[in-house]
Amino acid sequence: MSKTYHLTTPLNDETVSKLHSGDIVYISGTIYTARDAAHKRLVDLLDEGKELPFDIKGSIIYFVGPTPPKPGDPIGSAGPTTSYRMDSYSPRLIAEGLKGMIGKGKRNEAVTDACQKHKAIYFGATGGAGALLGKQIKSAEVIAYEELGPEAVRKLEVVDFPVTVINDTYGEDLYKIGRAQYEVK
Amino acid sequence: MREIAYKEIVKNVRDIIIYSASNLPQDALQAMKKAYENEKSPVSKEVLKQLLDNADIASSEARPLCQDTGLAVFFVKLGADVRVVGGLLKDAINEGTENGYIDGYLRASTCHPFTRANNKDTIGYNLPAIIHLDIVEGDKIEIEYAAKGGGSENVSRARVFPPAAGKQGVIDYVRECISDAGPNPCPPLTVGVGIGGTFEKAVISSKHALFRDIGSVNEDPEMAELEDEIKKELNKLGIGTMGMGGTETVLAVHIEANSCHIASLPVSVNVQCHSSRHTHITI
Repeated sequence: MSKTYHLTTPLNDETVSKLHSGDIVYISGTIYTARDAAHKRLVDLLDEGKELPFDIKGSIIYFVGPTPPKPGDPIGSAGPTTSYRMDSYSPRLIAEGLKGMIGKGKRNEAVTDACQKHKAIYFGATGGAGALLGKQIKSAEVIAYEELGPEAVRKLEVVDFPVTVINDTYGEDLYKIGRAQYEVK
Repeated sequence: MREIAYKEIVKNVRDIIIYSASNLPQDALQAMKKAYENEKSPVSKEVLKQLLDNADIASSEARPLCQDTGLAVFFVKLGADVRVVGGLLKDAINEGTENGYIDGYLRASTCHPFTRANNKDTIGYNLPAIIHLDIVEGDKIEIEYAAKGGGSENVSRARVFPPAAGKQGVIDYVRECISDAGPNPCPPLTVGVGIGGTFEKAVISSKHALFRDIGSVNEDPEMAELEDEIKKELNKLGIGTMGMGGTETVLAVHIEANSCHIASLPVSVNVQCHSSRHTHITI
């Protein structure tokens, strides 16, 4: 049975071990944004032995490229982008201490294995609900790669940001469980 | 010969782009409400509710429905008795696109295919628009517009089958495409299927099929029947809203069929997410 949690970042092993595929989680606190181009740069930094632009231990990365904010707003519409494009980078970041990723769509085995091995969670946010999700973001600040525009790394403060656990630390996958329940052979 | 000012086209294009970004068209909204009523999975139903709330917020607060405000795609029918004065039609559409994306605070999503550098500084903001032009009788310009997002475009595919593949080959190909895509293209979906023509004609037909209103009936009874059959097959996949599992995976299947070469059966599947931002105007 699905449970509901309210969590505040940063996350730790104990917290993420409580979560199971299908649980609903409302996230508050600081999260960071990164998409394809930023992920490549983050992994390049690790390869070069350099420091990342934010503390990755216990952090959550949100895969999003928001619309520009209207005057007076912290951010524009900000729903998740499709996550598989980050599959080749995520395991490396998980090994460094990343505890959560927010996106939409399937992840590959390398990512789900890393989620089990290092205890991390892949959360799904509702794709196409950009206006609604953007309202849960109270502040946004570009902290790296400004030249990437929508793909720059942003530090976000969120309150009760609604997500669902897709891949947990036990190897379960909500997409597989949900589909099997309603598939007509 | 009727004269239409370049500036009038620019303004019309700008306005429909801004409006479409935050207002889901009625056909798509009704289809989503129907999906909400019919959905058997409580999880998918909850997500559909979130999407209907999102449509309300977007419309009432003039916020983009989705942060992926797409590439701007146009199908334009230019009346043979129209003369555009003050510039070229293509330039007017591009200028209107740029103005719309800037003035509406919409995301510029164009980039170089390999460097991935954003072209907005060198070419323009979210330019070039994708424009398909046809010349028809009359003294009007008809513009069909859609904002096409990347997630659903990424799962689209095309293939030229041997004629023996037949109808069953088409059904199997579409099912495979949607099944493989799973949650990625943001279901519930509209599925555009281009059949026949040449390779590129099938692809363009599958794109244009997505511009048709959801819930409208295909004028060709044979294709209307095939649309229903494919839709039923796809809803057996169990993918549900955003892949959470459910009974409502596909809102509609739209087919555009063309005559083709005796040696070929081209088939293209172009996928549209639930945020089907499409509209049309006549100038």
